Formats: sequence, C-alpha cells, structure tokens
Amino acid sequence: MKNMLAEPPSVHLRPVPSSDAAAPAPEVVLDVRNISLSFGGVKALTDISFDVREHEVRAIIGPNGAGKSSMLNCINGVYQPQQGQITFRGQTFTHMNSRQVAEMGVARTFQNLALFKGMSVLDNIMTGRNLRMKRNLLWQALRVGPAAREEAAHREVVEKIIDFLEIQAWRKTPVGQLSYGLQKRVDLGRALAMQPQVLLLDEPMAGMNVEEKQDMCRFILDVNEEFGTTIVLIEHDMGVVMDISDRVVVLDYGRKIGDGTPSEVRANEEVVRAYLGGAVS
Amino acid sequence: MTSTFPELLNQHAEARPYAPAVREKEYGIWQTWNWRQAAEEVRAMASGLMSLGFAPGENLAIVGDNRPHLYFCFLAAQSARGVPVPLYQDSAAAEMAFVLQDASIRFAFAENQEQVDKLLELRATVAELRGIEHIVYDDPRGLRAYRQDGLISIQDLMAAGRAWERTHPEAYLAAASQVTADDVSVILYTSGTTGKPKGVCQTHRSFIAAAQGSVDTDALGPKDNVICYLPPAWVGDHLFSLAQWLVAGFTINCPESPGTAAIDLREIGPTYYFAPPRVFEAMLTSISIRMEDAARPKRWLYARCMAQARRVGADILDGRPVGVLQRLLYGAGDLLVYGPLRNVLGLSRVRVAYTAGAAIGPDLFRFFRSIGVNLKQFYGQTETCAYVCLQKNGRVKLHTVGEPAPGIEIRIADNGEVLVRGVSVLKEYYKRPDATAEVIDAEGFFHTGDAGVMDDDGHLRIIDRAKDVGRLTDGALFAPNYLENKLKFFPQIKEAVCFGNGRAEVCAFVNIDLDAVGNWAERQGLPYAGYVDLAGKPEVLELIAQCVSQVNADLAAEPGMEATQVARFLVLHKELDPDDDELTRTRKVRRGFIADKYRVLVDALYSGERRQYIETLVKFEDGRTGTVSATLAVVDAQTFAPLKSAA
Repeated sequence: MKNMLAEPPSVHLRPVPSSDAAAPAPEVVLDVRNISLSFGGVKALTDISFDVREHEVRAIIGPNGAGKSSMLNCINGVYQPQQGQITFRGQTFTHMNSRQVAEMGVARTFQNLALFKGMSVLDNIMTGRNLRMKRNLLWQALRVGPAAREEAAHREVVEKIIDFLEIQAWRKTPVGQLSYGLQKRVDLGRALAMQPQVLLLDEPMAGMNVEEKQDMCRFILDVNEEFGTTIVLIEHDMGVVMDISDRVVVLDYGRKIGDGTPSEVRANEEVVRAYLGGAVS
Repeated sequence: MTSTFPELLNQHAEARPYAPAVREKEYGIWQTWNWRQAAEEVRAMASGLMSLGFAPGENLAIVGDNRPHLYFCFLAAQSARGVPVPLYQDSAAAEMAFVLQDASIRFAFAENQEQVDKLLELRATVAELRGIEHIVYDDPRGLRAYRQDGLISIQDLMAAGRAWERTHPEAYLAAASQVTADDVSVILYTSGTTGKPKGVCQTHRSFIAAAQGSVDTDALGPKDNVICYLPPAWVGDHLFSLAQWLVAGFTINCPESPGTAAIDLREIGPTYYFAPPRVFEAMLTSISIRMEDAARPKRWLYARCMAQARRVGADILDGRPVGVLQRLLYGAGDLLVYGPLRNVLGLSRVRVAYTAGAAIGPDLFRFFRSIGVNLKQFYGQTETCAYVCLQKNGRVKLHTVGEPAPGIEIRIADNGEVLVRGVSVLKEYYKRPDATAEVIDAEGFFHTGDAGVMDDDGHLRIIDRAKDVGRLTDGALFAPNYLENKLKFFPQIKEAVCFGNGRAEVCAFVNIDLDAVGNWAERQGLPYAGYVDLAGKPEVLELIAQCVSQVNADLAAEPGMEATQVARFLVLHKELDPDDDELTRTRKVRRGFIADKYRVLVDALYSGERRQYIETLVKFEDGRTGTVSATLAVVDAQTFAPLKSAA
C-alpha cells in the first residue's frame, strides 16, 4: 500500500515558479483575440482583444452593462462568442465548454454566490475537488479502501485552503448561516480547491464592508504570490483595482476603451469620461 | 530538586519520551509532539541560535500566538543561557519599540508575517532598533518573497542548529548544564498603565517554586490536559502553560487559531483550565440567551434543576454533608442538565478551573460551582509569578482570593497594603534598581500596591488599590473600588462613584445601565423619554435603592466593612464618559475629577438636601458641546447593623 501522503503532487498546493531570475517578458497564458458576442440584436461584446500574462493580476473594469461578466463567461465557456478565438497555453479554441476549461486549470467564483447553502464550509470546498476525484460514485459512497484514501488526500488539500483563508472556526458550519463576506471567502476556497492555474473572480468584493474588502484583497494577493496563480478579476471598486492589479482592461458598451497599467488607465481620457458618464446616470 | 527549566524538559524526555508533551491543531487534525521530539527541537533551536551568535545572557524577544514552536523558543533561549522576553502579540509596532529597545534585542522570534512586518518596520524606522539582527519566523505564509537581512524560518534555524552540532557536539550540553537556578529565566514586561513598562526579572527558582506549589495544591500530574490560549507574554500563561507544564509534565494544547479556541476547548476537554472572568461571563451569557429561546418545557426543567444546583451544588462540590434525597435530586439534575451543560461548554473533564485578573461576580462564580465546575480564584501579579494566594479544594470563599500559597508569607501594612515575601518574589526590575528598591523593602517584602484584609480563617480579601484606599472620620478603612464593584455587579448599575475619604459616612453617585433598566421599564409598562427622564423616575430610584440596600446588607456581614455602608446616593442624569474626562479610556472612574465637576451634588449628598438642580456641559462625539440639566433627588439607602460572621 502506498502512503497517502506520498501520492501525486496534486496533494500539495502548487509551489511558486521561481521568480528570482526576473524573467524579462512573462509568458502569455491566455490570449483573447477579436471576441464578439451578441444576444439577438444586443451586442454584448464587440471585437475585444487582450492578453493575460503568467502570474499577474489582471483586472477587467467598466461601468454597469459594459460586458465584463460576459467577457468572463466567454473565457469560462459559459457563453459561446460568435467571433474570435481564445488561446490558452498555446491551444486555440473558437469556443470552449465549461468542463474543458475547468480541466485545463481555470477556476472561477461567481458574482452572485452559487454555494450549497445547506452544506458545511468543508463540504462546499470539497466539491471543488470533484474534478480530481478518480473513484466512481459507488466507491465514494462506500468510502472504503482506495476511495477512503483518496478522500483523505483531497481533504488534506481542502484543509490547507481552510487554513489559508483563515476560516477554521466555521469548518463545520452550514454556509447559509455565514455572513456574506465569509461566504465570499468560501466561494474563493472552492475555486482554489481545483488548484487552478488561472482564477477568474467575478466581483469578489461586491457588497462587502471596508474590512472585508481589505481581507479579500490580502487573500487575492496571497493566492497570487503563494500559489503563483494568475488572476483575472472583475471589480467595481476602483480603489481596489488600482491597488492590487498589475494591468487593467477597461470595457464600455461592449468595446475596449483602455488597456494598461493602473496609472496608464487612470490617465486615459476616454476611461475617465466613461466612468463619469456612468456615475451620473 | 530540579532547578532549571531546560533540565526539567530533558528529564521528561528521558523518563517518558513517548508521552505527549504538546499538541497543536493544524489542518483540522491534532498534531502531537512527544517529550523526546520537543526536547530534540528545543535542542536544535538552541544550537541554531548559538550558531548565529546568540550569546550567554542575551535576550530573545518572542512575539506571537500560542504555538508549540513559540513555547519551545522560551526553552531554547534558556538552554543557550539567554533570557526569553515575550511581547504581547496584539500590540502595535510602536508599543513594542520600548521593550525591544530596553531589552537590547538582537534576536527575535516572530510567529507569522504580521509580527515579522512589525519588527521589520521598527528596524527600518527607529534608529535605536537597527540592532535587531535576526528574526526567526514560524509560519512562512506570505514571507516567501521577503529578502530582508537576518530573516530565517524556524525550520531553517533548526536545520542550521543540527548541522552546527556536528561540528560543535558538546556546545548544547555545555551551555544547558551551566544554567543555574538563580539565573533569570524570563523577563516579563508589566503592561505599564502607569509610566513606562518595567521588565520583571524572574529566576528559574522562583517560577519552578511557584509552579511546584500550585501543582502540589491541586495534585496536577502527567495525565492532565491544558489548553493554552492566553497571551504568552502574560504571567498567567507563563505559569500555566510553561512552568506548570514542565513541573507537572502534563500536555499543553494549542488551538488552531485564536478564533477557534472555544471549539478546540470542547475537542480537547481540558482537565485543568484557566480563564479570566470575562470568558466565564461570556459562557453564562450564551447559555442564558439560548435558554430564553428554548421551548417552555425545557425552560421549566432548566429553572428547576438550576434551583436545585444553587441549593446544594456547591456543598456537594466541597464535600460538605448533604441529605440523601437532595443528593438524588442533584444527581438527576446532573444527568439532565448540568452534565450536558458542562459538555457544551467543553468543561466536562475539568477537575480544577481558576479565574483571576478581575473581580468575578458572585452569581457567575456560584453558577459554575453549582453545576459542578470546581472554579476557584487565585491572586498574584507579574512580580510574584502570579503566585501569592490560592483557594484550596473545599475551602473556597467567594469574596476572598484564598489562603497564602505554600512558601509565601503575607503581611498587611498599616495602610492596608498587602506585602508579600517568599519563593515567587521577583529578582529585580530589568535595569531599574531604583524601581526595585521602591517595591522591595529591607525585610524582603514586596509591596503589591493592593489593599487587602485577612479574615479570621486566614483568607486574603483584596479590596482595592492601596493608593485609592482612604479612611472615614471614625478611622474605618474606606475602599471605593471595592464598593463600586459591588454596586456594579448589578446589571442595572453601569457605573458607580463612592465618596467617603475624610467624611463621616459613604455616599455614592450611580449611573443606570440604559439597556438593562430600559428593558426593565418596558416590562413594567413604564414610559420614558430618554436617559435623563428614565434616570429620574421614582420607580427607577426605588429599583436602585434596592440594589444599594442589598450591597449594604452584604457589607454589614463583612468584618471591617460595616462602617462603609452607603448612606445616601443619587442617580446621575448623564452617563459618565471618557469624552468628558470622567472615565479613563479603559473605563476607570476618575474619582477626583468627578468630585470637582459635580461638587454641588457631592455637597448636596452630605448637607442633607433632598433635591439639587444641576447643569452639565457635555461633549458629543463629533466635537460639539451642549448642556444637560436636571433636578436630582437624593435618596437615603437602608443600612444594617453589623452582623457577626453571617457568611
């Protein structure tokens, strides 16, 4: 019998690729080319192109209805764009399906929480391991032999995530009883349980108070740093975006109006106009 | 007689290598270090420190939550002939600066990124702290990208130590064997509510004696379990989680995170437990709230069982004679209510529980004793290893802190101050011979600064800070804090201020608690417009008068306190507030300031006026000011003739 701790490296959270060498241009992980998406007569996205580099925090911002979530849904395979292509680690797709995307190492969280309210924090995060469970339903239901060992190995990963997100005190608490900010953390935990290479966060800080936002910022930066996960995030709070992102894409009415570092974007007149216009309405 | 902590550790590792020494919950599972592993890690850490140049007599700053490695660091520093200096983990960087500088810190142990950040910030910004050369950290999370000089993980330190031992095989033993009982084992900084913090130097001898005394008193042994969740820089934790751990050889358990202490308490089920009164209070509150929400039959059962517990619970615990029928009824209650209750609280296995640090409410204390938790009190301060008095099994008296502990001699000075001489008294204040001379007199007595009274059975009762104690004109001791605390144990009374020094009798100001009294008024169907209105209602005055007369009845039964019954009081029209300088930021009343500010009211209390008009300036939180005015009634309180030992 193999020792469960000595099972595949998937048991341990992925180490950071060594960044000591200060690589000149980090590799592009995700390249989005000329994406257009429409629902009937409504053009949600028009000819959007941008790229995401290894190990960066990339933000997508824009006023309400700008197409941010649609963009994420295209990457995630929830929506099928009519035009354009997405290249992920050299493989090009014209459309993706969600499972395929997940298997390639892309995880996401949702703007409106999609957790199992009646299940405990632990069980919710365990569902994030689903894709990596090899035993079939019957084995898992019986929970003996290899299935038990497999569960223990997955549990270990999940426990490390619980530790990482500092939610040990609520391990056994049904998610529905937790505050909104904590539920958001659990949602992030479930996405992390997939040990993704790219993490898509849809408004991780919506509806939070200042303190919860600060905590979440720290977790996002820590995920990025500790696990080396590339992060694509949609966020409304400009302060947060400017503080934690490496590069920002700005969308307005389905078009890209800006792309660059936070300071470049801040100086972009079209962006300022779009934001002020949005704020007035 | 074993004389040093490193020696004790090595003895346990020899005698019972595989017995559990420390547990810590990590990743959802309790991880155990046995004594041999603990000793090995301590040795590696000590060697690691020495390999980095940690010199004999040098201080090691330790800051963090309760973790096994943190406790090991204490022992590692001692083994390397140095002195551990724990700091409070929740202090801001600036607050740490003084201690780090005072103790000339070169080496520091920091639990995690938060603490490392503070130390690095201080090193970078404070010129006097440039000397912090080495920072050892336990939890590597978030520190991966740190490249600062002198930063080393505890794992790397231990690895360095093991490697160093190969070239210096004798160094560890040579150092550890040179540690003597009279070496300073730890410097604990007092919180410094008055002036700068002072480092209290305690020797191995004192702390081991203090631990031995309490271990003997309560028959603690290797089978006991303790959960350590209080700040390691506090003398109580040092005594309970480190000194007694090594003397008794029990198992200490570190919670998963500060937030999970209550859950971990239930999982571990400690046999020996310490908590400050507020923790017990929180437990009782949560029970009360949940019982109020329970269904009617359950509430009925709870009320009946608790009444029975109040009747005989404490007597059964103390082994006093109780009738068979009463015992049976209590047994039934234990099966139905007390047992499950203790289980829910995580106190099922507790043999001995202690509380100290603040006055504990009588109801609270009786509640826990009545449901079979052997809750006791002790008394001590940093300067005495928290070891002066303790309550012995079967000899627990509510208002006292117990009898002098083994090896301790107590004398009450003329001004009422408690003087202590014995095994646990401090060696000195670090680098402060002037301060040391101030507190230790020629006969070797330590002046505690607390005023106390010895009762006929030889139990010490702490009544106040010595500097606050005054006398009435007839010479009776007047202890304002003691009286005020008694009043404040009533939920209806939020604050109280007593006057009496140099006067013929005691009078008091009372602040009602708006929540408690407002709630009461609602249930009585008593309409009120606001705080001022409520505070002036005759019904409320009557309610407070009942509380005061109950305090008076208590005082009448206490020898030495009969004369300080409250003769008259008035209920203030506004809440005492730190913004108006009436309270300190830690909510202690500033008696002198209040007496000046409300001079007309004090005069009214003593001149026999029945009503007094007052107008007061108040400061609102946004900085604006306004006035509150009211006509207050002076109320006579019922007083009692002294009872001879009715307790």
